[in-house]
Amino acid sequence: MIGKESTAGRATKFTFLGLWLVFTVFPLYWITITSLKAPGDIFAFPIAYWPEHFSLENYSGLFGKADFGVYLTNSLIVATVAAAIATVISMLSAYVLARFEFRTKSALLMAALVTQMIPTFIALGPLYLLMTDLKMVDNRLGLILVYIAVCIPFCTVMLRGFFENIPDALEEAAMIDGLSRFGALFRVLLPVMRPGIIAAFIFNFVNCWNELFLSVTLMNSDSNKTVPTALNGFISSFNIDWGSMSAAAVLTILPTMILFAFASRHIVQGLTAGAVKG
Amino acid sequence: MPTASETTSTTQTAKTASTGASGNGGARPVRKVSPGRRKPEFTARRGFLITLFMAPAAIFVAVFTYYPMIAGSQMAFRHWNLTDLTDTSWVGLQNFRDVFADPAWGTVLSNTAIWVFGSIVPQLVIGFALALWLRRRFRFRGLYQALIFFPWAISGFLIGILFRWMFNSEFGVVNDLLQKVGLIDEPVAWLADPKTAMFAVVVANIWYGVTFFTIMILAALQSIPEELYEASALDGAGKARTLFQITIPYIRVTLALTVLLRVIWIFNFPDLIFGMTGGGPNNETHIVTTWMIKITQQGDYGRASALGLIVVATLLVFAVFFLLATREKREVKP
Repeated sequence: MIGKESTAGRATKFTFLGLWLVFTVFPLYWITITSLKAPGDIFAFPIAYWPEHFSLENYSGLFGKADFGVYLTNSLIVATVAAAIATVISMLSAYVLARFEFRTKSALLMAALVTQMIPTFIALGPLYLLMTDLKMVDNRLGLILVYIAVCIPFCTVMLRGFFENIPDALEEAAMIDGLSRFGALFRVLLPVMRPGIIAAFIFNFVNCWNELFLSVTLMNSDSNKTVPTALNGFISSFNIDWGSMSAAAVLTILPTMILFAFASRHIVQGLTAGAVKG
Repeated sequence: MPTASETTSTTQTAKTASTGASGNGGARPVRKVSPGRRKPEFTARRGFLITLFMAPAAIFVAVFTYYPMIAGSQMAFRHWNLTDLTDTSWVGLQNFRDVFADPAWGTVLSNTAIWVFGSIVPQLVIGFALALWLRRRFRFRGLYQALIFFPWAISGFLIGILFRWMFNSEFGVVNDLLQKVGLIDEPVAWLADPKTAMFAVVVANIWYGVTFFTIMILAALQSIPEELYEASALDGAGKARTLFQITIPYIRVTLALTVLLRVIWIFNFPDLIFGMTGGGPNNETHIVTTWMIKITQQGDYGRASALGLIVVATLLVFAVFFLLATREKREVKP
């Protein structure tokens, strides 16, 4: 491919790749190991890199003392529904932005970029009042609506790049064959777009799953809390219970990590197609 | 309309080929929309379709993002404090003056600069290097890629907690490892000293953000035609020359957009610091956006909103200049 690799070059390359891998994976290893230690062993000295006894006590505590299962379910529902709807809505706007020229287009793209600059905290107060008026405070549907809005701008830009990489001729042919524009979009274009759509959905899901400040503000009753809100609750107490915290962290990280592991190829394709054309 | 896309792709290929032949890199071909794309005869229908398809996205973003932001902005010009809600009168620029007069403001500003530049430069360099190395196939590359992408799946807040635990002065693994390697003699209280605390949060952010650069650059690299490298090899160009004269110019648009987006995101990313130090010790690791959280929590919504407007304005000015700067180069190049 790109010129020849010398042995020294290869050695340097794999050394760096190896070091980076260690640096990347170690924190994840460490939090997992911590979560599997018995609560007393967590603060034992010398630090055990491979504990003598494994214990699930931290995990059972999470489901016994706190309703961590409820939080996980809430997060799962909110993130899945919001990500799915946001992906569909973004697909429509991305399609228009990729395929048509119109006067307000650059203004719309700029408006999408500006959303990324708005600190959540400037909008929190009015958003809370708005949701109160809509009777959607402490309501999963309310959080879903807000998350859809959070996901749309970046998702639209990402999918737009994907649409642009697909030749117009594909739809043209379908329309000449007698399909309507909608028919061409849904029956011909979407199947080709699948990697981009999967990437967009995963990205949205991860965004919603990880969101903290909006959910802390909008969800206050215990039965409606999402996982990040619960974690925030652990930390605001004066002494952090590191055992429960690390177990909760592992449970929080696991779902998104599994998604990433299965779809990393789609993510590379999807994210990049979108941003290359930004 | 079928011809439109064909012409676009032919011009792109032609342009690419010519830059390849001249061997001086050149701008990445910019997609041009040919006038043939427009269909004036269907204007009304087109307009309807555009409106119909844009409406859901526009409504959601307008109602749940722009409306609260604009409504929140007016608080920046009012006395709006939870401790005294009887008086929400218009105070003009007083909140802004209070922000700038705050003795901590200097620290907050310099921390923000350290946070943004200290994070983005290493992220870009390491991300670029990883992308270059990952371009070539090797055994387990897929697995490697999947593993180094993991940080991106984790929330900033949780990353803060993770690193807070590792940098813990008594039971933290960082001290233990550094002592084992012999880099330090006794445990360092990383998060208790403002200097090392700022360093620690930046390390955590680098850990998180390299992935995004790797993904973006990797995919951009895959769009560079192989012939360019063959031509440059024939010309006898060395590695550095190939990198600076072919690779970087070719992916410049992606690089610029990625840097722009990341600067905006990092600047406006309180989550990690919020989880890791909460702005401590003694307020010394606050950046503008965590400072805003603190002031909100104290109940001074007016001043917090003023800070929010400062953030938006700063980023807006930065984005406009950045876009102009990169655009200008694009036009000068051919």
